[in-house]
Amino acid sequence: MELVLALAIGILGGSGVWLLMRPRTFQLIIGLSLLSYAVNLFIFSMGRFPVGAAPILEPGGKGDPASFADPLPQSLVLTAIVIGFATTALFLVVMLAARGFTGGDHVDGRPPR
Amino acid sequence: MQDAFYLLAAVLLPYAGALITALLPANARTVAWLAGGTALLTLLMVVLGYSDIAAGRIPRVALPWAPELGLSFTLRMDGFAATFAVMASGIGFLVVLYSRYYMSPDDPIPRFFSFLLAFMGSMMGLVLSANLIQLVFFWELTSLFSFLLIGYWQNLAAARDGARMALTVTAGGGLALFAGVLVLGHIVGSYELDAVLAAGNLVRAHPLYLPALVLILLGAMTKSAQFPFHFWLPHAMAAPTPVSAYLHSATLVKAGIFLLARLWPVLAGTDAWFWILCPVGLITLLVGAYVAIFQHDMKALLAYSTISHLGLITLLLSLNSDLAMVAAVFHIINHATFKASLFMAAGIIDHETGTRDIRRLSGLNQSMPFTARLALVAAGAMAGVPLLNGFISKEMFFTEALTAATTPTLLHSILPIAATLASILAVTYSLRFIHGAFFGPETDDLPKKPHEPPQFMRVPVEILVFACMVVGILPSATVGPLLDLAARSILGDATPEYSLAVWHGFNLPLVMSLIALAGGVALYRLLYRHLNAGIDGTPLLERLDGRRAFDQVMVFISWRFARALERLMATDRLQMQLRLLVCIAFLAATLALLPHGLAPGGVQLTPVDPVVALMWVVGGACAIAAAYQAKYHRLAALVMLGGAGLVTCLTFVWFSAPDLALTQLLVEIVTTVLMLLGLRWMPKRIESAGSGHILARLRRLRDLAIAAAAGLGLTAISYATMTRVSPDGISRQFLERAYTEGGGTNVVNVILVDFRGFDTMGEITVLGIVALTVFALLRRFRPAAESVGMPEQQQGEARDWLLIPAVTMRLIFPVIIAVSLYLLLRGHDQPGGGFIAGLMLAIGILLQYMAGGTRWVEDHLRVLPLRWMGFGLLLAAGTGAAAIAFGKPFLTSYFAYADLGPLGKLPLASAVIFDLGVFALVFGATVLMLIALAHQSVRRPRAAPPPPVAALPEPAAAAAGEN
Repeated sequence: MELVLALAIGILGGSGVWLLMRPRTFQLIIGLSLLSYAVNLFIFSMGRFPVGAAPILEPGGKGDPASFADPLPQSLVLTAIVIGFATTALFLVVMLAARGFTGGDHVDGRPPR
Repeated sequence: MQDAFYLLAAVLLPYAGALITALLPANARTVAWLAGGTALLTLLMVVLGYSDIAAGRIPRVALPWAPELGLSFTLRMDGFAATFAVMASGIGFLVVLYSRYYMSPDDPIPRFFSFLLAFMGSMMGLVLSANLIQLVFFWELTSLFSFLLIGYWQNLAAARDGARMALTVTAGGGLALFAGVLVLGHIVGSYELDAVLAAGNLVRAHPLYLPALVLILLGAMTKSAQFPFHFWLPHAMAAPTPVSAYLHSATLVKAGIFLLARLWPVLAGTDAWFWILCPVGLITLLVGAYVAIFQHDMKALLAYSTISHLGLITLLLSLNSDLAMVAAVFHIINHATFKASLFMAAGIIDHETGTRDIRRLSGLNQSMPFTARLALVAAGAMAGVPLLNGFISKEMFFTEALTAATTPTLLHSILPIAATLASILAVTYSLRFIHGAFFGPETDDLPKKPHEPPQFMRVPVEILVFACMVVGILPSATVGPLLDLAARSILGDATPEYSLAVWHGFNLPLVMSLIALAGGVALYRLLYRHLNAGIDGTPLLERLDGRRAFDQVMVFISWRFARALERLMATDRLQMQLRLLVCIAFLAATLALLPHGLAPGGVQLTPVDPVVALMWVVGGACAIAAAYQAKYHRLAALVMLGGAGLVTCLTFVWFSAPDLALTQLLVEIVTTVLMLLGLRWMPKRIESAGSGHILARLRRLRDLAIAAAAGLGLTAISYATMTRVSPDGISRQFLERAYTEGGGTNVVNVILVDFRGFDTMGEITVLGIVALTVFALLRRFRPAAESVGMPEQQQGEARDWLLIPAVTMRLIFPVIIAVSLYLLLRGHDQPGGGFIAGLMLAIGILLQYMAGGTRWVEDHLRVLPLRWMGFGLLLAAGTGAAAIAFGKPFLTSYFAYADLGPLGKLPLASAVIFDLGVFALVFGATVLMLIALAHQSVRRPRAAPPPPVAALPEPAAAAAGEN
């Protein structure tokens, strides 16, 4: 299972990195999104893979780390997802504005010489 | 207590005056009285403190500044500091009075006086500082305010250039000084002036003495316009004349001299001191005087004369002789009085005739006899005519030039000749100043008909000239005590016997003076024809152009060097930058991992679940396909991206993270819709057969290799990490305390809104800022011309495609609202919470836009996203702040459960209210971004009739209002 997840992170990250180095703004935005999946999964994997572990406590008790999912990476990733959403939106609008200003969609604002 | 009052008031009063003056309306005329009053009060403070010094005490005050660093704000006034403080505030007052009449009503007067007072305050702070770092701080402030003063007429290019040059040179020197002071403080172990002054022997013997000396001298030489840094001073003459009178007589340029004299007990007395300063002073003295003769602008003549006199003082200080030190202090005072009055006289001439060009001026003695006599006396003092103050200090200079050498060197032996020569030149330029302007035939070829200035404009000059005469005739009775105190505060008990008498008998210095006077007159007669021919430039020294050198250096540093460096080390291409970033990150990770290796750990592996494996076969394929299609098939890439996101989301479900899964799912939806809205504005890109050059293919191959390496690296690191035991972090804390102390069973939510509530607070603020930025960017959005037309998909009979989904979407709107509220309220105990509920509600609104179109929705529904955001942020911050009202730290939460009977228990933690704020902000921000983007399609066609602005709700109206 660990290998499956590690491969998933690698494929998402690799595809993202490939797109980062492409010349078109839209490729960049997709690449960043893929990369953020990879990073989120990576952070999430710090809590390992508790299949079937309860995420919610019983009222009135203390949680035991052995039988519950690790909440810390989860809350970190939740924050990361929301911030990732915000930056994606911002980048999208910057991309549109650049497209309007430059008339093209090259990341440098103009085609290479 | 009294000390503290005088000293602090002396520094703070001018700043307070500057602040008040700056706030007055631009046409306020009373401002001069305010400024004058401030200057006079400051002078009074100094005089009050002076009575203490005269009684043998040194007033001081210390306030803690950065006690951890051993720094305190310390002021101290000894005789020497008092001398400068009297000059800065006294001449400052006279300059204010003079400016009252000099400045034109069209100039923004409050700004002028504000800068002037702030400069005065900085100067006071500089001379009264008892801490070296603090001194450097005020030093830089004087540079800054002199920049503002010199560039006061900011519409003149000469003023701007002169100001910039002065700032560059003096502030650059200030940096050197700062470094030097740090070294000095390091040697002594303290930055307190008293400690430093007491450590002279230690400093001079220290191996770091020379670096400290050179750095400090750099600071002093740039400030006091010593060769080769003298060139900024003439260009600073673009300032209004009162500014020149103030900056170049008593204050700014004397600051360097002040520092040299202040640190004289510590730094002087070595060969290095003499061999650096003496040649510099000598060259400055001679070159300044020589160039001054050939200036046609009266102010430029005075500027070069100032340079020359500063050189003289530097030379005196360099001689390592106690008597020379006394002479230097005396000449500082004398030069301030006669030079300030001469600048003011030049200003009066400029003001009343409209020109300062000596070639055009002539015979002003007829039309302005009083000013002529005042200027005559002041120029006499400058030339060193007997019975005026300049004469006495010049005699002292001659004496020192003859006798200072204890171990005579060649440089020492030429000093008397050089001193006489410099005096000859000084007599010549003084004569030129007076004879050129006031004598000769009266001319009517002037821009204005000359006449005497207003009486009070002349008063400052009269006072200063009176001082020149009184000091010149009765030196020991007038300036004697002040000079004595000043000299004593530098030299201490070593203060030598000196005599301030006018007549010392017929001796060698007197002969030198007579030679200088006669030689100066002769030289003026000799040069008379050349000077009146109106030739620009200085004979023999045409090539000495500091400005050109300065400009070349500036161009080199800020342009050629910078560009060369940029060409060498930078690229403006984003692809290359990101490529480097990835490669460097990869290398950094490799280096960090090198000692440890990436072998898998020993944890028992979880068995592979075929469903998850299959899911990731799809997910991985989606990611690769998205990467492959993103260039030519954006929609396909977007769909694939959604696929990968969905698989990620399912993974979260699988591994017991329901909150994450929900958030991921909703964010996925909103992001996809946002991008879909954006796609419409992108240029069409048609895939062409064959993919480019061999070069482009090679580049892609390289990138593919980098990407593959990055992916493999990620896999390896992830695998290595996952196969090791997770260290026992702080999760246990959260799990154990979530219910007992946070009052919620959904630990993730409790972490977000309670344990780490401050992070969440920051996060929603960021989200709000991003939404506002998006909104602002889109208000000014101008699409490319080719995307303005309606896309082909929307043309024709496309309208009813979504009929059935549209009805469904409308029907489920209330359901979405209810689910959203449910998710919000149960968030503390069950999966849900503010983020999720906010996104959910935003999607509800989004669906209505999709179903009904922008106009229809906005006719029926008013969403005010900005208010939602404001409300959310206030609520979240207010909940946090409420804890403070109960005496708890910010964002401490309180909880209880309310029993609602059959509806179950409702958690009533204050964190839920915080979560409500999160909810409102997330909803508002998301909707704001979506609506702003959606509106671009509505406001698009410029030629088409504008959208019904009045009918649109507020933010939309603003977005559309840009048409």
